[in-house]
Amino acid sequence: MKKILTGNYTVSQAVKLSRVEVIAAYPITPQTSVVEKLSEWNASGELKARFIKVESEHSAMASCIGASAAGARVFTATSAQGLALMHELLHWTVGARLPIVLVNVNRAMAAPWTVWCDHNDSLAQRDTGWLQFYCESNQEVLDSVIQAYRISEEIQLPSMIMMDGFFLSHTSEPVDIPDQKDVDTYLPRREAPYTLDVDDPHTFYGGTVPQYYAEMRYKIQKTMEEARGVVNKAALEFKETFGRSYNPLEFYRIEDAGTLIVSSGTMAGTARCVVDELRDEGYSVGAARIRIFRPFPVEEIRQAFGGVHKVGVIDRNISFGQTGIIFQEIKSVLYTEKERPLLFGFIAGLGGRDVTMATIRRAFEYMNTHDEPEEPVLWLDIKR
Amino acid sequence: MVGYQKIEGRIPEQEWLSCGHLACPGCGEKLAMRLALKALGKRTILVVPAGCSAVVDGMFPHSSSMVPFLHTAFETTASAAVGVRAGLDVRGVDNVTVLAWGGDGATFDIGLQALSAAAERNENILYVCYDNEAYMNTGIQRSSATPWGAWTGTTPYDHPKDRPKKDMMAIMAAHKIPYAASASVAFPEDYVNKLKKAKAIFGTRYVQVFSPCPSGWKTPSDISVKVARLAVESRIYPLYEIEYGKRYTITLDPGPIAVKEYLKLQGRFRHLTQAEIDQIQHNVDETWEELLEKVR
Repeated sequence: MKKILTGNYTVSQAVKLSRVEVIAAYPITPQTSVVEKLSEWNASGELKARFIKVESEHSAMASCIGASAAGARVFTATSAQGLALMHELLHWTVGARLPIVLVNVNRAMAAPWTVWCDHNDSLAQRDTGWLQFYCESNQEVLDSVIQAYRISEEIQLPSMIMMDGFFLSHTSEPVDIPDQKDVDTYLPRREAPYTLDVDDPHTFYGGTVPQYYAEMRYKIQKTMEEARGVVNKAALEFKETFGRSYNPLEFYRIEDAGTLIVSSGTMAGTARCVVDELRDEGYSVGAARIRIFRPFPVEEIRQAFGGVHKVGVIDRNISFGQTGIIFQEIKSVLYTEKERPLLFGFIAGLGGRDVTMATIRRAFEYMNTHDEPEEPVLWLDIKR
Repeated sequence: MVGYQKIEGRIPEQEWLSCGHLACPGCGEKLAMRLALKALGKRTILVVPAGCSAVVDGMFPHSSSMVPFLHTAFETTASAAVGVRAGLDVRGVDNVTVLAWGGDGATFDIGLQALSAAAERNENILYVCYDNEAYMNTGIQRSSATPWGAWTGTTPYDHPKDRPKKDMMAIMAAHKIPYAASASVAFPEDYVNKLKKAKAIFGTRYVQVFSPCPSGWKTPSDISVKVARLAVESRIYPLYEIEYGKRYTITLDPGPIAVKEYLKLQGRFRHLTQAEIDQIQHNVDETWEELLEKVR
């Protein structure tokens, strides 16, 4: 059934369809209406879950950890400052191997105060060990939440689903809502391999000496590497039932492209329009979108970027003292390749500034007129 | 109940804490946990934050706990316990006591926000604070449970703590939770009775158990129970219950003796002058009178 839904409403739908059993969340702009809608459905009985109305995001994640360790399917959602407050427990969740799913409505970090979108909040959680999905549409948000439970519960690692604050969270789009029975078949009830059980008592996450700790980290890394296959399998089976599919790296008109424009989130749709315009003007341009950031789509990038002459990455984030984060990641993947494209690292859209077609055109025009970047960080639309 | 009288109730014989734990000789916390698990029995799940209790349970793959034991981050004792309760509830697992078990650092200080929130919502958890009056796991630094005049590593002898102990019982009572009680490892029947009573109540239950720390208090390891007994006898650590934030009951008052008898056994108070001891006695007398006012 198709409905016109905001991103936040879509998240609530996905949570209901996934038969989440415990929710612990704290309101924050622009995530708030997720919490409100879930509370409303919970109160009316439409959503049969236990909703813990915590006093902070830190407690939200702590309660999620407790409930997940007790065997339940759990959910939380947050943004920016809230995600940063959870940081300690994001690490904990991964070490504890708990398949929690979190939706982060991307919002730039303070100070100064801002509520608008960029990706520094979630990219700052890069090294915690959460799988990270960056969505472009409300439909993709819904599909990704359902898939994330499937993936996480198979590999015992948590997933973070990102959507751009306001650009998706507060924008209405047509969303195809799948039938509950189809979702139930695709995503059966969670069966945790180990839980808190008084008839089978175990101690979880206690003090660990150097003799064991490193092996536990090794296993997380191995699981992350294997997660690429699990993600693809989950996507394939999702397509069989629901007809929609997504790739870790999404491409647009990359056949014979000499220049590639790489972005993430809602910028990608704008980039595709620019590609169409430029193609009409005779330029051989394509676009790529990083959909899954962790595990990073290393092989896909190697294969697709190898024969390209120039690659421009538009980062909606900045790692101060280095470059855009996705730019760094792509650069490191391509270092070992014999045929390396010229790489251009652009920064745009920080703190919710619009990334328009003109912005993306400027990135292309820069690449078209330069044999190499004049600076390691190329700021688009910046007042100097 | 005034003076030493027979306390009804027996200590169950079944053990749920095994030997081989790593606690110091004379540790009050381990005695408190042993008694608590005896009182609550098999269908108990422990939720334990950073602190002595987390460390002395044993290092992976060893554990001295015979009930499920969930380690959690320092400030999350209550919020993680609330999550466990929710998880059990939705999975239809009933008749289990979720036992949040934090030290005074985890309870009075870093975890106060999460505990207050859980209490305000009357979440169905039993929270026990093992109160040894300082951060003992990191090697004896002041907490807000450290009493006035005490030495710790961050309140040295020439600048001992100059503020009174936080009244955590009053804070918990202010949340109107169904049950709050102070207890002592020196009075195990009273402590076990309180836990059994708490176990049968729905909602947030708080028990604060006085747990001597020989290495932190600078006492010989064989007098922990004696020190704990003197704390109750001198009324510096009275044993009482608060139901629904208003019904106060003193469960045991074997005293009084002079607080000096309690202080003089402990190295953490050895620097005190007679005037300072008199001041502490005055404060104890005043606080006791205030407690009696609430009981009446």
